[in-house]
Amino acid sequence: MNRDTRIAWINGLLLPFLNVLTAFVATAVVFLLIDVNPIEAAEVLLYGSFGYEEGIGYTIYYTTNFIFTGLAVAVAFHAGLFNIGGEGQAYVGGLGAGLAILFLDPTLGAWVFIPASIIGALVFGALWALIPAYLQAYRGSHIVITTIMFNFLAASMMVYMMVHVLRETGQMTPQSELFPTNAWMPFVHDVMAGFGYTIEASPLNLSVLLALLCSVLVWFFLWHTRWGYAIRATGKNSTAAVYGGIKPKRIIIVAMCISGALAGLVSVNELVGYQHRLIMDFHLGYGFGGIAVALMGRNHPLGIIVAALLFGTLYQGGAELAFEMSGISRDIVVVMQGLVILFCGALEYMYRPWLVRNLAPVNTQGELGATP
Amino acid sequence: MKNLAIELTGIDKHFGAVRANHKVCLQVKQGNIHGIIGENGAGKSTLMSILYGFYQADAGKIDVLGNTYSFTDSHQAIAAGIGMVHQHFMLVENFTVLENVILGSEGGLLLANGLAAARKELTRLGDEYGLKVDLDATIDTLSVGLQQRVEILKALYKGAKILILDEPTGVLTPQEAEELFRIFGALKQQGVTIMLITHKLREIMAITDQVSVMRAGEMVAHRDTKDTNREELAELMVGRKVLLQVDKGPANVRAPLMTVKHLTMADKQGVERLKDVSFELRAGEVLGVAGVSGNGQSELLEALAGIHPISSGSIEMLGVEMNAKSALGPDILRDMGVAHVPEDRHRMGLITDFSASESALLGYHTDPKINSGLWLSKDKVDANCQQLMQAFDVRPADPHLKSANFSGGNQQKLILAREMERNPEILLIGQPTRGVDIGAIEFIHQRIIAMRDAGKAVLLVSVELDEIMSISDRIIVLCDGEVTGRISAESADERTLGMMMANALDSQDSLDPFHSMDKESSTQATSQDLSA
Repeated sequence: MNRDTRIAWINGLLLPFLNVLTAFVATAVVFLLIDVNPIEAAEVLLYGSFGYEEGIGYTIYYTTNFIFTGLAVAVAFHAGLFNIGGEGQAYVGGLGAGLAILFLDPTLGAWVFIPASIIGALVFGALWALIPAYLQAYRGSHIVITTIMFNFLAASMMVYMMVHVLRETGQMTPQSELFPTNAWMPFVHDVMAGFGYTIEASPLNLSVLLALLCSVLVWFFLWHTRWGYAIRATGKNSTAAVYGGIKPKRIIIVAMCISGALAGLVSVNELVGYQHRLIMDFHLGYGFGGIAVALMGRNHPLGIIVAALLFGTLYQGGAELAFEMSGISRDIVVVMQGLVILFCGALEYMYRPWLVRNLAPVNTQGELGATP
Repeated sequence: MKNLAIELTGIDKHFGAVRANHKVCLQVKQGNIHGIIGENGAGKSTLMSILYGFYQADAGKIDVLGNTYSFTDSHQAIAAGIGMVHQHFMLVENFTVLENVILGSEGGLLLANGLAAARKELTRLGDEYGLKVDLDATIDTLSVGLQQRVEILKALYKGAKILILDEPTGVLTPQEAEELFRIFGALKQQGVTIMLITHKLREIMAITDQVSVMRAGEMVAHRDTKDTNREELAELMVGRKVLLQVDKGPANVRAPLMTVKHLTMADKQGVERLKDVSFELRAGEVLGVAGVSGNGQSELLEALAGIHPISSGSIEMLGVEMNAKSALGPDILRDMGVAHVPEDRHRMGLITDFSASESALLGYHTDPKINSGLWLSKDKVDANCQQLMQAFDVRPADPHLKSANFSGGNQQKLILAREMERNPEILLIGQPTRGVDIGAIEFIHQRIIAMRDAGKAVLLVSVELDEIMSISDRIIVLCDGEVTGRISAESADERTLGMMMANALDSQDSLDPFHSMDKESSTQATSQDLSA
């Protein structure tokens, strides 16, 4: 194995693994400080997320959301854009999915409803990202500022929509009426039952397949098409991209719309797949979590799936932890997430110099790429 | 017998797998001008950085003026009497000369005392060495030559007995360079030791007393300048015989392929970078664009390549007209057969984070030959790169290697291959040999001539006058965005071009104040020479 390959392995696998491990050790210290046995807590967490069928279902259900938002952040990132607006785009995507379902004739079949809701989520998510993208491309407003503002705008707009426009008649709760059952994304346990396998019921639905499909499509798009090439070229070196005849303004628009559309799909998993109605705040935390997921996953779909699984595990296991153990509130999930983000994000390269020195030492014989 | 100013013994330095310096020994006599030459990447800059305390050597011994040191930062090197003038000046643009000089040695809490003391000292230094600069002028109003003088003053003010200059003439007109050499003479008279790092053999021959040659991280030769010649030095640098003169036949010039009329272009701040530029580029010729860097050459290339919109005037290329209203993007121009090798390969020519095969695609990623439907075929992308690498002898011929990991010469060859192998009608080419080693320069020049001989039109922008004069058939000179000279290559010489580059061929009143100031101080320096 030559040095470059070793370094690639260190960067791609060993480093994230060590970072996560460090985050877990730090979490253990936190547990010790609040008089909780970390071994016991780890057992509860792992059992809660992988110990029984329902738990696994929840874990993968949460993972699905993180895959969508992780991919969303990654696509924008490859164009050199930092999309912080995943929260808002997911939320407004929900409006798109909900409207598509509520305005269609309830007697229609699932083969109309499901694609319609997916398209609704994609289009509304993309539109919500299009405005900041336009402002960045043609007016020079910084995308980080505008997308974060659009999160707040989305929240206010959705409150208005839920309270005044879409509220179920005769109800005080700000939520829409129940979607017709034809419009529900099938649950995995129902599908499995159709094949004759009985598994415990959980919110896990077929959106997870949509997430995996999106991962493949994003990979294909970014690395195997001319448009993906243009996006990556712009992200790496926009001056060179202009020289190459690529129009960065267009790239900003395209990349952000794809990003917003992907974030919008969170609502397909949450609303079409599980809640079956438009509710408030279904999106909370996934948009920002997606940033960490993309960061940990090195903006590559494969890495994103793994990182999303980690975050899904923390979500589900953490909830279980809060439920099972006295002295732990649900906030511990936030602490654990925070530590993972700290060690995988902010301190990403902490171990790198040491690892490279010891595992991929410089070959002084002059194994060298460049020869004049 | 003069004492040694600097003695380096057995200096070793590695960067990762790269052996930048290997058992380097060097002796520089006090009060001499000592040249160090070598190709890019030969280890000159690393050696000087070690001497100046930027890097620490892995092994070896440094003696300065008879004392042994091991510098851990540049303050210690300065204290030992070493001063460095970098290729890129380290000056605060909106500070005055005086403020710049005392930066880092302000002397006490209140500036006033320090400034007054510094003013006295600088006036003395200026008189002694013939280094006249207006101490109260802000840096951004000074010409490049004067800015360099400030850098030298700065070093002397800090007590430098040994001056290291890294490629000092790269940004100067020939006249400014001569002025610099005159200052060197004055400094030498006063016992200052000068180390000159350059790759220009002509300068070495003209002003140095001794010369040391580096190749691939090692010192390969030390010579007294009077006992050597350019051919020998070039051969020592490259390690084989080099053709210094480009071998070319007469041009077979045909119809114009590009006509530029009254081209004016303003940058984003609204400053006019090109003013009323007109010229013709004909099939079968190389048109050289000379000028001190920053006088509109980059902008001209960007305008012709469709990267930057023009303000007025027109460019007609291959029968299609571009003007302020109808711009053609780089993609369209490429389709028409206008290829562009940009001046700055890292900023524009390739994407250093991409693999070679992806960089070899820049500008051509929509080519149907590489795409099959939606799919950007990896096999075809690699095959394309492989073919380019073979045609231009890019080493190592590995399409998957990151673009950043190729040497400058090979990066340049890859770009040239990408732009030239598609057989364009017009080739726009900027600084084709900047940062490229001599061996590759020879190859690149031959390729450009081959294109010309195949009846294509080549527009060559370069700050290397030697290159302009040896490759071009006709030359235009840009100064401050205007065409200040047109001349055929046969009748061009360095002096005439230099005058054109400074826009000094016209009447005296067209000179800007800085040039007249140059004149004034140059006479001072000369009189200093004579009196000393």
